[in-house]
Amino acid sequence: MGKRFNNDEMQKIFEILQESYDVYGPRIYQGTGCFSDTDVIRYGRLDSWEELVWDQKSDYSFKEVLFPISETILYFTENEMKTADGAARQRLIFLKSCDFHALKRLDEMYLKNGAEDYYYRRMRENTVFAVMGCKESGKNCFCVSMGTNRCEEYDMYIFQDEKGCYMELRCRELEELLWDYGQNVQEEPTFVEKNEVHVEVPEKLPDTIHQDSMWQEYGSRCIGCGRCNFVCPTCTCFTMQDIFYKDNPKAGERRRVWASCQVDGYSDIAGGHSFRQNQGERMRFKVLHKISDYKKRFGYHMCVGCGRCENVCPEYISYIACLQKLKEKEGK
Amino acid sequence: MANEYIPFLSKIKEIVKHTETEYTFRMTYVGDVRPGQFFEVSIPKYGEAPISVSGIGEDYVDLTIRKVGKVTGEIFELNEGSSFFMRGPYGNGFEKENYQGKELIVVAGGTGVSPVRGVISYFGEHQNEVKKLHTILGFKSPSDILFREDLKKWEQQMDLILTVDSSDDDSYRTGLVTKYIPELEPDNIHETAAIVVGPPVMMKFAVAELLKLGMKEEQIWISQERKMCCGLGKCGHCRMNDTYICLDGPVFCYSEGKKLFD
Repeated sequence: MGKRFNNDEMQKIFEILQESYDVYGPRIYQGTGCFSDTDVIRYGRLDSWEELVWDQKSDYSFKEVLFPISETILYFTENEMKTADGAARQRLIFLKSCDFHALKRLDEMYLKNGAEDYYYRRMRENTVFAVMGCKESGKNCFCVSMGTNRCEEYDMYIFQDEKGCYMELRCRELEELLWDYGQNVQEEPTFVEKNEVHVEVPEKLPDTIHQDSMWQEYGSRCIGCGRCNFVCPTCTCFTMQDIFYKDNPKAGERRRVWASCQVDGYSDIAGGHSFRQNQGERMRFKVLHKISDYKKRFGYHMCVGCGRCENVCPEYISYIACLQKLKEKEGK
Repeated sequence: MANEYIPFLSKIKEIVKHTETEYTFRMTYVGDVRPGQFFEVSIPKYGEAPISVSGIGEDYVDLTIRKVGKVTGEIFELNEGSSFFMRGPYGNGFEKENYQGKELIVVAGGTGVSPVRGVISYFGEHQNEVKKLHTILGFKSPSDILFREDLKKWEQQMDLILTVDSSDDDSYRTGLVTKYIPELEPDNIHETAAIVVGPPVMMKFAVAELLKLGMKEEQIWISQERKMCCGLGKCGHCRMNDTYICLDGPVFCYSEGKKLFD
């Protein structure tokens, strides 16, 4: 059971939500794309309902709202250390089903793998999630293959069509806020059931797959820019970084910033030793994590099939083609 | 909700200078800790660095630090009585139960001696807990030798072989640690355990020599050094296959450890 709103009502609903939440969603950043006169769609705070992008896949995922690209965790003054304050207001994030499944992967790492992460927990507890139903599959999406096309445990489901929006609420707070609005209707949530791209994930890779010559090809092609990691909704690596202020070297802060396993320095240890110096090895490290190593540890695949890494690579390295190659190695 | 990223301040009780760039800092610490575990040490505004525990006492831990970067450079500026920040201990460390009652062989090279120093000292002082203790330690040159004070004691307590890669001074044995493994003659190879810690190449060949002696993979333990930014299983840098070195290691039984690749 859900509600129907016409398009005029949605701005009003948005304003009601804004009173309780900072509302985040994919929006267009004009002229900030990789090439001249191109735009980027990434997550940011929405100022109006119109800004929310429905018909295209966001170039970057929702993860930067929960886990900022650079996050100050501690402030230092002369003799004191202070925990950085969290977001003052609750947050509502609009995201698609694949990204909502990625949330489970972020939770796995930050809340369950070892001790709980204080900063992630703080942000997570303060956030509700609105899943946007996809009308059709996007470029290089393969959510159906990964089983991430449908989801259930959202706080809100919302689907936009010509008539307006269909909405389901599964969170008390949101229900109370929106109780008096819209028209009650009997509809089912819509999810994508078919992608143009179909991927068969290899489930039985040989133990020697890391030594396979297939990885060498990536060694000469990949330029190690790390974009595939930064657009991935399930990549969680970071590096700790301390800085001091130029105008007051006695004060400074400790941050964590996103890290990429494709970029130089990722594995360097004190004294100069570094592992995986070749880009081919780095590609292997990343791909096997997404479809094999993560599953060995947590029981399900890390990759959610959003296809962003496929779209962003400046060298046109195809992750999907790589998975297909791996599939051929299965059982050998 | 605990914030694991907040370090505590620890006072430097004593500094032992081994070489120009390697000092042991004896740090105030009371709590559970094992040899082979590590702490993230930090100097605010400069950063954090993972340092393994090289010694344990009732109210202290020893951290043997090599001056190689920004953080360690700042730590080397400090004197006894001053303090720096730490958080930890992290990782599994060496469990003495794996070695008790057996003949123990410890093979370590360079700074790899730090994480096993606690194990060697413990069994050196509790000789009744092992059948026999063989220790082979390798350093690049005589000027790189760490823990000289301990070496004097260990010489009395165990079968100690100290070797340097090369030296002009004839009083030192020369050659890699692997050269001396075939000379070991354990009484009963089936009741022997071995610990190997050092640079990746050294570990690989030392393990190969131990296997040649007739040891099984399950009898050998190694410790993996990887980049550990958080120590909490979050930052990802130390991962090998499905394993987080900071959580599941750094100490692995070789039968498991050999499956990990970078």
